[in-house]
Amino acid sequence: MELLKKSALELRDLLDKREVSSREIVETYLKRIEAVEPKVKSFVTLTAEEALQAADKADEMIKEKKAGLLTGIPIAVKDNMCTYHVETTCGSKMLENFKPPYDATVVANLKETGVPVLGKTNMDEFAMGSSTETSYYGPSRNPWDLERVPGGSSGGSAAAVAAMEAPLALGSDTGGSIRQPASLTGIVGVKPTYGLVSRYGLIAFASSLDQIGPFTRNVADSAALLNLLSGYDPKDTTSLPHARPDYMQALGKDIKGLKVGVAKDSLGDGLDKEVAATVKKSIDAFASLGAEIVEIELPHSEYALATYYLVATAEASSNLARFDGVRFGHRSQEEKDSVTMFKHTRAEGFGPEVKRRIMLGTYALSAGFYDAYYLKALKARTLIKSDFDAAFGKVDIILSPTTPSVAFKFGEKISDPLAMYLSDVFTTTANLAGIPAMSMPAGLTTNGLPIGVQLIAPALGEEIMLSAAYALEKAVGTFGLPTLEV
Amino acid sequence: MPLEDYTIVIGLEVHSELMTKSKLFCGCSTSFGSEANSQVCPVCLGLPGTLPVLNKKAVEFAVRAGLALDCNIATFSKFDRKNYFYPDLPKAFQVSQYDIPICQKGHVDFIVNGEKKTVGVTRVHLEEEAGKSVHSGATISTSDFSLEDYNRCGIPLIEIVSEPDMRSPEEARIYMETLRNILRYAEVSDCKMEEGSLRCDANISLMPKGATKFGTRTEIKNMNSFRAVQKALEYEAIRQAACLDRGEKIVQETRTWDDAAGVTLPMRSKEEAHDYRYFPEPDLVPIVLTTEYIDKIKNDLPELPVAKFHRYITEYALPEYDADLISANKDLATYFEAVLENYKDAKVVSNWLMGEFMRLLNEHEVEITDVKVKPKDLAKLFELQDKGTISSKIAKTVFEEMFISGKDPETVVKEKGLVQISDVSEIEKIVADVIKNNPDPVAQYLEGKEKVLGFLVGQVMKFSKGKANPQMANDYLKKALAELK
Ligand SMILES: [Zn+2]
Repeated sequence: MELLKKSALELRDLLDKREVSSREIVETYLKRIEAVEPKVKSFVTLTAEEALQAADKADEMIKEKKAGLLTGIPIAVKDNMCTYHVETTCGSKMLENFKPPYDATVVANLKETGVPVLGKTNMDEFAMGSSTETSYYGPSRNPWDLERVPGGSSGGSAAAVAAMEAPLALGSDTGGSIRQPASLTGIVGVKPTYGLVSRYGLIAFASSLDQIGPFTRNVADSAALLNLLSGYDPKDTTSLPHARPDYMQALGKDIKGLKVGVAKDSLGDGLDKEVAATVKKSIDAFASLGAEIVEIELPHSEYALATYYLVATAEASSNLARFDGVRFGHRSQEEKDSVTMFKHTRAEGFGPEVKRRIMLGTYALSAGFYDAYYLKALKARTLIKSDFDAAFGKVDIILSPTTPSVAFKFGEKISDPLAMYLSDVFTTTANLAGIPAMSMPAGLTTNGLPIGVQLIAPALGEEIMLSAAYALEKAVGTFGLPTLEV
Repeated sequence: MPLEDYTIVIGLEVHSELMTKSKLFCGCSTSFGSEANSQVCPVCLGLPGTLPVLNKKAVEFAVRAGLALDCNIATFSKFDRKNYFYPDLPKAFQVSQYDIPICQKGHVDFIVNGEKKTVGVTRVHLEEEAGKSVHSGATISTSDFSLEDYNRCGIPLIEIVSEPDMRSPEEARIYMETLRNILRYAEVSDCKMEEGSLRCDANISLMPKGATKFGTRTEIKNMNSFRAVQKALEYEAIRQAACLDRGEKIVQETRTWDDAAGVTLPMRSKEEAHDYRYFPEPDLVPIVLTTEYIDKIKNDLPELPVAKFHRYITEYALPEYDADLISANKDLATYFEAVLENYKDAKVVSNWLMGEFMRLLNEHEVEITDVKVKPKDLAKLFELQDKGTISSKIAKTVFEEMFISGKDPETVVKEKGLVQISDVSEIEKIVADVIKNNPDPVAQYLEGKEKVLGFLVGQVMKFSKGKANPQMANDYLKKALAELK
């Protein structure tokens, strides 16, 4: 248990001092997974063998002093990132047996650095959902309360880190899919600037919104993992060519004089009282650290959710059209002719939420509706972006709740899509604007459920965001992780 | 009313594969005729998670094509997705350009029935090729199975959309031929209709002569040769005229050309037309070009047919007819100019190319680029003729042998013993034999029927197996006959 409680950077220290080997760490985590996985169900696929091999390679690298910051420290990877010859299901029946012939760029980077991959984590089908309840493989559970959801869509990755099944995990965030589960499971989750991390090998939900990012137990680990993930990738021409800073350097800086923006109406109606109180506490903590709290306006935020659900579904309707049973994935046995095969393949392979969003997106792009829906959404997106541009003229970062409420119970929202979509009310704006945002633990409810707060920074403002988060973490403290009585 | 009383309105959408070495968004080879599915990768197979990376060469080729068509080149253009399901379209969308194409507002000029014609080019845009389907039955929905070859999938294409400026099927064919010449000159496409690297769809409608409002149009697909373009449009014009004459309305629809039957057949109606749900491709950044980049391509553009035509007239003093015929064909023009590097009389060369050369090309069904005769060897052949080593008649025989074997003319002449007989004593000997063996014609000649001389010269040539110097044969025959008077 002692080893499990270490952060990634603490493990780095132990590895460098040779007090522990990567193999020992991986074995410890595999044992933990064996013990708690039946309760948490974070993983869809475990890759124990590969992880142990990678650990041995990492130990070699450490011995040869070729270790990077995270060499030898295991990670869990969301199941929408392609892994060479290892099932990559996207939480869907459609890709039940899909083994990609290539690695996603982020996965290739992990392998090259000697970061053992423990397995592929559960997710809402094709990243569409906020609870993992839409996964074809069944939901993951929130380690803080197994009757509650871990959030989504990267719920499996969040649950794995919170359940101490992995010190690190990768998620993807299209409208909050890293930040919302991080908030619900009491860990740190970062959605980087659009283009900071390569999307090559990330099975697309909405190409203009998707970003891969870290799940960690604390802010410093996120900075370390972001160092590894971030970089220009010639295989992804939307990745940014800018030189990447060392995010570790951002940690521990004095934030006196930092201007923290709080949107006027972000603590208003519909927000859980305990969440509101925790956000206020974080505001006070910033103030006590010498930051200046500035009230800002984001007048078009109220259109963000509608805009998001048009842009994201429109792109998804096109991105998911390739699942036709011709070249890979599920293929219907109804093979009367190609067209029948297409229809049945898609009818059988996709779950109801994916179908709903494909239909919404197809509708939004259809002749006669395009101007009223998709084009309008693009215009609203521009306005939302300008709101942030204006706000960041006055402040360095923005603080807000991550989610309107803490982890909810299974079944509570799954039958009411609109209620579920409201989980994203604070998170979609950052995706629409392409700017970085993160969620970090800031308190617990009286029932002992984690509450997260969100920090938002201007494009490529990861350093200032992480430095503010690191300072806030110091001020509000950490809240531990559930042991799950093992 | 007869077809002559209608104005035919035709616009063409031409697709041309760009001859880049690799595909538009991945590194796969574009070569033709390889084993099915041997030139594919995760990107062009549309595997989940893959992303496109734009081939810069394809952009350059599209710009070059646009410049050759005198288009405005956009410094900002973008890609869009055209969504539809088909098994040969792996991503179920084609990456194309919708509202902001890379080139706009150009034109194609050509001569039809002696008149100069200009057809506007609305736009040229860049897009990716789909794969190739083979169905077990007649159509996809009536087939038990379909086979897919994705080698072609992702090859860069340009689509060239014309204004509805053509007024006859013949103009449409000549437009296509001219366009092919320009694209080949610009070295952006090999434009082989038989391999599908050049294809076209046509929109055609009729309106009464003098009217200004276009009639309802039909779209014709599946015309796989220049001849088919003209034939299909001729058929369709007659069909539409007959419909209108019967008082029927033209149904706006897509029709397919059945080349064997020589008819157009309905394919799908307007109602069945796809809604492609175009939207900006989020996986690619816009194409941003600098004016310096465009200017550089413009400066590097090879000489185009129109410029060559004028140069041939001014520089080589070729007649317009010769200049037009040779400049219109890039390969022929290249060959022509290569011969001229070693031989100065352009008219001799153009005569030969338009005559013997073309005759043998057609007879042996050979492409100019595959001709075995080296241009410098053809120049040498002309020199041998000028020096009197061979006669013009023998030159044709030598050329035919060169055409088949690829040997140089001197070797052919030596091997076949085709050196012209210019030796006086030898000619005199042949002349004497001819006179001796043809007493009647000789008698007729001596009686004043001078026309018979031609026959006797012919006999000398025949007797010498064509090797006698014709001028000498003529002179010495006359001289010998005069002595008999
Ligand atoms: Zn390829």
